[in-house]
Amino acid sequence: MNKILVCIKRVVDYNVRIRVKPDGTGVVTDGVKMSINPFDEIALEEALRLREAGKAGEVIVATIGPADCQQQLRTALAMGADRALLIESSAEIDPLTAARALHALIAREQPELVILGKQAIDDDCNQTGQMLATVWGRPQATFASRLEVDGSVARVTREVDAGLETIEVDLPAVVTTDLRLNEPRYVKLPDIMKAKKKPLETLALGDLTADTAPQLTATKWAPPASRSKGVRVDSVDALISALKDKGLVA
Amino acid sequence: MSKVLIIAELDGHKLNASTAKCVTCADQLGAASIDVLVLSDNCNEAATAAAALSRVSLVLQIEAAHNKHPLAAVLAPQIAAVAADYDYVFGPSTTFGKDLMPRVAALLNVGQVSDIMSVESPRSFTRPVYAGNAILTVEVPTGKKIVATVRTASWKEAGTGGNAPIESISPAADIPQHTRFVELKAAHSERPDLQSAKKVISGGRGVGSAENFDIIYKLADKIGAGVGASRAAVDAGYVANDMQVGQTGKIIAPDLYVAIGISGAIQHLTGIKDAGTIVAINKDPEAPIFEIADIGLVGDLFEIVPELEKKLGA
Repeated sequence: MNKILVCIKRVVDYNVRIRVKPDGTGVVTDGVKMSINPFDEIALEEALRLREAGKAGEVIVATIGPADCQQQLRTALAMGADRALLIESSAEIDPLTAARALHALIAREQPELVILGKQAIDDDCNQTGQMLATVWGRPQATFASRLEVDGSVARVTREVDAGLETIEVDLPAVVTTDLRLNEPRYVKLPDIMKAKKKPLETLALGDLTADTAPQLTATKWAPPASRSKGVRVDSVDALISALKDKGLVA
Repeated sequence: MSKVLIIAELDGHKLNASTAKCVTCADQLGAASIDVLVLSDNCNEAATAAAALSRVSLVLQIEAAHNKHPLAAVLAPQIAAVAADYDYVFGPSTTFGKDLMPRVAALLNVGQVSDIMSVESPRSFTRPVYAGNAILTVEVPTGKKIVATVRTASWKEAGTGGNAPIESISPAADIPQHTRFVELKAAHSERPDLQSAKKVISGGRGVGSAENFDIIYKLADKIGAGVGASRAAVDAGYVANDMQVGQTGKIIAPDLYVAIGISGAIQHLTGIKDAGTIVAINKDPEAPIFEIADIGLVGDLFEIVPELEKKLGA
């Protein structure tokens, strides 16, 4: 393969405790740590391993979002991506718009493989990879826990509810990653320095897709219903008696 | 009046319970009809089961050799062709629906509402975001088809007693050859299915090894429970991936959930928030699992679990 495109998203770090704004217009993001979506980090790691195994020439990383996303692109470059593309958009965009913009990028870059996370941990949509594969008219292999590339075919093991499913797809194709595909590497300080010199190009969302009208309107954000405070018991007998009171065990 | 199309999920040739949950969700839309579409190489058993669900108006079946395995790239163009006559296209928010429905939505040139928890109005829905730490209400602009996945843990299965007609169709669609099924390694278990079990016992990193999971299985078998696990237990190789409960695993809503040796990362709690009663057994009194447990017992699981197994039903 000449090129692998990895798509990443800047999200609130997975360790941050999420708080909904009191006025219900979103979640608190001011002063909150932002990171690469963990599933996308796995996608990048997989692409880097393919390149290191001599199966790919170049790893390109792309994202869509505000100028601040340069931080996450620089992290991706420090991990080992060769160059980065920022599709700049100040507005939140939905997965179909993301797919259309990334498709335009694919037309320009002609990658043989596109890897991205199965879902972003902010909106939890789990749509972008599938929609990208569709507008591109190419195969998708979602929820990958194993990826083998052999010539023009990828063999992908997928984590599905019933167990592990293996499918074969012709390249070019879109692969979305699950947690157990790999463990991403840590970034070392010298790599961060080197990453500053790697190319990072900025494109305007509007230059890639004309259709950016939102597909859905977010009308209200609310905290989840809280569960009532539980009780502590101090013995197995007390636990069994509590379960019997609730009619949960005979 | 609007029309709903539900894409049936099959386990082999059987109808998966998630389909009946989609029917219950669709029933909230005030639609004129709810039709179910079955795609398989042999539709009879699943179509018959779908026709028996109450509130189902019509069952459509596309029986073809290429529909033997649920490959999204193969199924989606057929579904998109059928969807032309419908206002809503729903599928379950299982790995089957998550893989398939965005492909259907993109073919129809619309967005998708993922994981419907509740129907607020015919065009407005709530869904969890940030691992369930916020609930978002979304509205679909008028004039657009609504493609959605239904969060199965939020909905009960529709009852039976219906008698809908079954119709065979063969819509014109290009079937791609670029995606091929190789194999499915299913973990065979005699225990109740994790996603529909009334009781679930789960083990975490605290269980310590695959061998130690035996005490979890024994307890589960004593009370007829399904067995789940935290991500940490799956990552450590104690159990198979299909047992993972949480944000990226299965989202479940049993009457009783017993978390054993699970600390309770938010990603795990997301998977069990809809459980009736949550019991936590953990040696660390500060473990976050106790914050959402209805009944907590602090102590050594290797003493507690065998004792519980012995005394239950004795």
